[in-house]
Amino acid sequence: MKKRDRKQMAARVARDIPEGAYVNLGIGLPTLVGDYLPKGREIILHSENGVLGVGPRPAEGDEDEDLINAGKEPVTLLAGGAYFHHADSFAMIRGRHLDYCVLGAFQVSAAGDLANWHTGAPEAIPAVGGAMDLAVGAKQVLVMMEHLTKDGESKLVEHCSYPLTGARCVNRVYTDLAVIDVTPEGFCVTELVEGLDIDSLRKLSGVPLQYRPAAKAA
Amino acid sequence: MIDKFFATPQAALADVRNGATVMIGGFGNAGMPAELIDCLIAQGARELTIVNNNAGNADAGLAALIGAGRVRKILCSFPRQTDSWHFDKLYRAGKLELELVPQGTLAERIRAAGAGIGAFFTPTAFGTRLAEGKETRHINGRDYVLEYPIHADYALIKADRADRWGNLCYRKTARNFGPIMAAAAACTVAQVREAVELGALDPETVVTPRIFVKRVVKLH
Repeated sequence: MKKRDRKQMAARVARDIPEGAYVNLGIGLPTLVGDYLPKGREIILHSENGVLGVGPRPAEGDEDEDLINAGKEPVTLLAGGAYFHHADSFAMIRGRHLDYCVLGAFQVSAAGDLANWHTGAPEAIPAVGGAMDLAVGAKQVLVMMEHLTKDGESKLVEHCSYPLTGARCVNRVYTDLAVIDVTPEGFCVTELVEGLDIDSLRKLSGVPLQYRPAAKAA
Repeated sequence: MIDKFFATPQAALADVRNGATVMIGGFGNAGMPAELIDCLIAQGARELTIVNNNAGNADAGLAALIGAGRVRKILCSFPRQTDSWHFDKLYRAGKLELELVPQGTLAERIRAAGAGIGAFFTPTAFGTRLAEGKETRHINGRDYVLEYPIHADYALIKADRADRWGNLCYRKTARNFGPIMAAAAACTVAQVREAVELGALDPETVVTPRIFVKRVVKLH
């Protein structure tokens, strides 16, 4: 089977983002999606620190410490971009103005519950950032994660054992093995990586998975 | 003649008392009022409650204020970072209280304080442990959590340009929490890169109007 690496996962998510979409990319793995957005599509990236129209990373030496993204990395501003303060930025998120957000996750449940901010370990220092706002605010919440933990446990679960970021908020999950929609009837696999069959994925996942393969993209 | 410019940051922060609630602007280094924070450390006020998105990075700025043992409580959304060792140490030792607030709720609670709002219902965090014990309400088919404003005695912010009346313009993403913190605090102190003559700021581009700003310090 041909597992998707991080770049291939990012490229797969990027393929589904349509022309004209307003998109927030979470810190870490989801930020990679920005590098793979199809050329020729105008897609507007939002960063919660206060930018619409985030552009690529600047050339070395051209960084500006006043122009960063939510991951505190230097970015550029596209022509047509704008700056705004934090309350406006989260009004865009919470007010349902963003079409998509892409978030990482520890676990996603069959009901679409998302756990991505806290392992629940008593000694862990909690940090949440904007994840809970994005989870309730974006019209489509896309999750991008490895299918299994390092210990081989499925991150698709019946019920999240980690503390929730948001309840019933996830629409679609992209993993290194498959693309899975969250439907009223639970998880529904629409795409498998080459060389993987649905029964093998069901064994690995340990949760009920429906299977409705999407028509192959041209 | 109104002149909100203070000659030094020391003079602008001389009256901060022990136990004060101080908002500190900035997101990462963008908009962080580094010189005002250094001055607050030197000023010596203790038992402070700090409002910021994070809990300090490395050894400078807010991290140094925390490291100096001046902070009793911090309200923020994302304290844990790879270089938040000053916060981590005091928090684990039980010497620093943390109120963890989702970032958008933090921003809206600050905004609400400046706007005279008594409380508001937000969908953020409903059904999570950050909403435990809070009042909730079902409104038009959605669940919401009741949140209260965050007021402050001082806001220390960084802007780009100011005139002597205290009108402020910002630069790029350094704007972040500046405008909402300025409105939420009883005494807002802005450090700016450039002081300009009254009338030199295009009124169409003033982001924080003077009414929200008490003191200005020009640095560099």
